[in-house]
Amino acid sequence: METTKTEVESADFENTHVEDAVEVPPSEDRVPRDHRETIGQLRVSDPRISCTDVNVYYGDKQAIYNVSLDLGKNEILAMIGPSGCGKSTFLRCLNRMNDTIDGCRVTGTINMDGLDINSKEIDVVPLRANVGMVFQKPNPFPKSIYENIAFGPRIHGLAKHKDELDEIVETSLKRAGLWNEVKDRLEQPGTGLSGGQQQRLCIARTIAVEPEVILMDEPCSALDPISTATVEDLMMELKEHYTIAIVTHSMQQAARVSQRTAYFHLGYLIEVGETGQIFRDPRHQLTEDYITGRFG
Amino acid sequence: MNTPTSTGAPRRRTIDIVNAGLKKRRRAERRFRLYGMTAISMGLLFLLTLFGSIISKGYTAFWQHYMLIDVTLTPADIAPDGSRDPQVLAKANYMGLVKASLREMFPEVTGRRDKRRLYKLVSSGAASEVRKRVLEDPALIGKTVGFWVPTDDEVDLLLKGRVNTQLPESQRRVKDNVVAWVETLKQQGRIQKRFNTIFFTHGDSRNPEQAGILGAVSGSFLTLLVTLLLAFPIGVAAAVYLEEFAPRNWFTDLIEVNINNLAAVPSIVFGLLGLAVFLNFFHLPRSAPLVGGLVLTLMTLPTIIIASRAALKSVPPSIKEAALGVGASPMQAIYYHVLPLAMPGMLTGTIIGMAQALGESAPLLMIGMVAFIVDVPHGVFDPATVLPVQIYLWADSPERAFVERTSAAIIVLLAFLVTMNLLAVILRRRFERRW
Repeated sequence: METTKTEVESADFENTHVEDAVEVPPSEDRVPRDHRETIGQLRVSDPRISCTDVNVYYGDKQAIYNVSLDLGKNEILAMIGPSGCGKSTFLRCLNRMNDTIDGCRVTGTINMDGLDINSKEIDVVPLRANVGMVFQKPNPFPKSIYENIAFGPRIHGLAKHKDELDEIVETSLKRAGLWNEVKDRLEQPGTGLSGGQQQRLCIARTIAVEPEVILMDEPCSALDPISTATVEDLMMELKEHYTIAIVTHSMQQAARVSQRTAYFHLGYLIEVGETGQIFRDPRHQLTEDYITGRFG
Repeated sequence: MNTPTSTGAPRRRTIDIVNAGLKKRRRAERRFRLYGMTAISMGLLFLLTLFGSIISKGYTAFWQHYMLIDVTLTPADIAPDGSRDPQVLAKANYMGLVKASLREMFPEVTGRRDKRRLYKLVSSGAASEVRKRVLEDPALIGKTVGFWVPTDDEVDLLLKGRVNTQLPESQRRVKDNVVAWVETLKQQGRIQKRFNTIFFTHGDSRNPEQAGILGAVSGSFLTLLVTLLLAFPIGVAAAVYLEEFAPRNWFTDLIEVNINNLAAVPSIVFGLLGLAVFLNFFHLPRSAPLVGGLVLTLMTLPTIIIASRAALKSVPPSIKEAALGVGASPMQAIYYHVLPLAMPGMLTGTIIGMAQALGESAPLLMIGMVAFIVDVPHGVFDPATVLPVQIYLWADSPERAFVERTSAAIIVLLAFLVTMNLLAVILRRRFERRW
């Protein structure tokens, strides 16, 4: 099932710039498992972020190979794949969170608003204010609920007065669907909330800064089904204003919320496509193996 | 219990094998627990011996016997010209007056040697006590006034029962006639046991009954103040930089190895460094708490840096990531979120470092804080000594009364150390946060 590394690299070398969709084979005849070129619709007409040939290395070890992918405006893009396939690593490239990891190196271009955000000249502070992130494990600051939300707007100087800050806190919590539950205890610690509430608090904290893109790294993996449903409803609402990229281990979740789905495998982006098509009729044998539960 | 298996060969069940070995395991476990308990008991025994010895030797130093003497303040002896000028009054021979009053009490004493013994009933500080009172209230001149003055250290020891009067007279410093005089005074009600305020309000002295630890305590306080003001900010800044900002390369590895090594360097080496750098090169004053503080800063910095780095490391990285994720600069993330969470650990490390510095004597010997200093220091440039050095000095003194004072000073030092460590525990409990 696995291909050797040499084969993989030579296959990549022949066609590094995959701009257009590869010809679609008939559904009975999948692309063979050792094919590593991305197939499917990886470009969109109106991209918010456009990645080209992104490679990520942890020291000498390469974690991501030549990923090219667009994030469309007001789109939810789901990234699925087995553990260790590089989907989280790729997500963290989009707001340069990989900078915090020692020995991590990212090459390639990630274009946003006409700027290559992967270039060394880009200041990560405004970038991260514009590309927010929600992490796998809810990580509220061990401070009050109010302070959790207010931190971002405060450091960016988004509110001139206390009233404005109060308003930002209120609207953020409302949009995250948490306001009614916490409005009477804003001064209590955010860590005292339940897991689902904490994750919504983290989402509220992210949207308080009004980013244009939100990256979600398995936001529901620590949540129960009811909290998950709340977060998913929230994502559907947020989609109206934001571009969302979500990494998930739940294929049902990907199917429920996303417009497009990208399947990653061992550092390669195997297949991208409209979510319905990926789950109904995957073109790559690996994608089919994964979504039908043959491995992963 | 072997059960036959399908093959016919006897096969032992796992549970039987486990049961067979169980006794041995239990024994090993009991033995191990016994080792632990022995170790703890040994430790407790040594601790109790230490405390027992120190407290039994030292507790008497917190009391001092005073003696009532009636001093006739004859104007002719104090100020023959009738002047009330404090300068004139200060120069009068008050010792003479005290001696006269002692002669009056025991008129039967004659002979030079006996007289000298008689005068030695009271502390040499008695004269200054009389002078102080006269200067405060010159109207006393011409009257006979009763003064409670400290007894001499030997007399004090006698009254505390620390002199074995059963020994032949030639083998003890307190002679028979002195014992008799003290007995007489006791019967006259002229002897009183009081709390030893001198011990807490005076600086060092050659006379045990006049010696106190205030000078050493102030010296220790000033030295530690300098140490804290320098070591805490430098240590925390170094730890934050090394832990959060510094790139990982051979140079930072070298720094790390050196910091860990410095924590184990004998403290006297820091003393030599202080002598060479602060005294010989920068010409800072000798025996000054400032220099002591600088040397102890060098000594405690590794401890503080190591503890602070451990505290920073224990902050979950998710908190910092969360802050960076909303666009905080690394400094903002650290200042608002990482540092407050690491603070209890840093404070604990700092207090432990300070306690270590408080108990340190060797490096301070090198920079002259071992000098005999009577005055209580009031600033970081005044010559001073510190508690452990004071203990060392007293332990080295020949006067027997210094034995109990040495122990008493150790009790005070231990009390400070226990307080500081308690403070560390309280701070850790108080500010510890769960996430």
